[in-house]
Amino acid sequence: MVQWSDSERSIITSIFSSLDYEDIGPKALCRCLIVYPWTQRYFGAYGNLYNPAAIKSNPLIAAHGVKVLHGLDRAVKNMDDIKATYAELSVLHSEKLHVDPDNFRLLADCLTIVIAAKMGSAFTCDVQAALQKFVAVVKCLWEEFNGTLLPEVLSVSTVALYYSHVNKCMNKKLKKKCAYFRFY
Amino acid sequence: MSLSAKDKATVKDFWAKVSGKADTLGADALFRMLTVYPQTKTYFAHWKDLSATSPQVKKHGKTVMGGVSDAVATIDDLTGGLVSLSELHAFTLRVDPSNFKLLSHCIMVVFAGNFPGEFTPEVHLCMDKFMQALARALSEKYR
Repeated sequence: MVQWSDSERSIITSIFSSLDYEDIGPKALCRCLIVYPWTQRYFGAYGNLYNPAAIKSNPLIAAHGVKVLHGLDRAVKNMDDIKATYAELSVLHSEKLHVDPDNFRLLADCLTIVIAAKMGSAFTCDVQAALQKFVAVVKCLWEEFNGTLLPEVLSVSTVALYYSHVNKCMNKKLKKKCAYFRFY
Repeated sequence: MSLSAKDKATVKDFWAKVSGKADTLGADALFRMLTVYPQTKTYFAHWKDLSATSPQVKKHGKTVMGGVSDAVATIDDLTGGLVSLSELHAFTLRVDPSNFKLLSHCIMVVFAGNFPGEFTPEVHLCMDKFMQALARALSEKYR
């Protein structure tokens, strides 16, 4: 079980209570889709993501960004049992959405940067360290639910089977757009 | 993920805006890395003081940003321009290249905190690509 110091709890609660989720959520998600364009693979049904301007003005992306922040809010309110809090969401992201767990790190890095821009000098090293620990715990728990599917612990043949399964699950339109799957 | 002409122009443009504060940004980024990713302290075990006010941290932050500045100046040939730094990191310092992205992330964080208006997602993209290319050039001599 993760141990949180009083200071870390206070910092995390304070950060999230000061955020406007309607503002920060969309900004973090848009930044992730712009800076790491391969993450767009999960948003094939979200309309126009052709360029940064389109991404920033896309209402579906904005709405999803808000949803992501509310999802993190659940962990903030249940810091002593994040694993149980995220059980259902973890399964959704791994079994249905097939999100590469490393992409959570990319989104977390973008969220950190957006929060740093918002907080300015108040985003001290201790604040960043607490936030980093929080997002690392969230990421580890996602990976635990994805644990049996991590390529580095599987044989080559099992990895091939996994990606073949993912390949079949994605719709044809997304498959055409996604160069990632051209290897499989 | 190579740098286009537009990426290079964006990097140079943004660097011109931030270079005046490079020393303090470097010190801040380095201290953040040591705090947020404590495993990086292993490379600085010979320093007595790893606090934010440590003269060694401040000096080294300035050195690091000096290296980034050199990289911006030789952006058209990062491998050639950073060959001596690559040799230093490979043969003398022996820093695991996985740590380069940790420092790079902390540099992005200080950019965002100090230049929130200028560090747009488009600029972030170009700077992230640049720092990755810089890290690659720094790893060139490793093996």
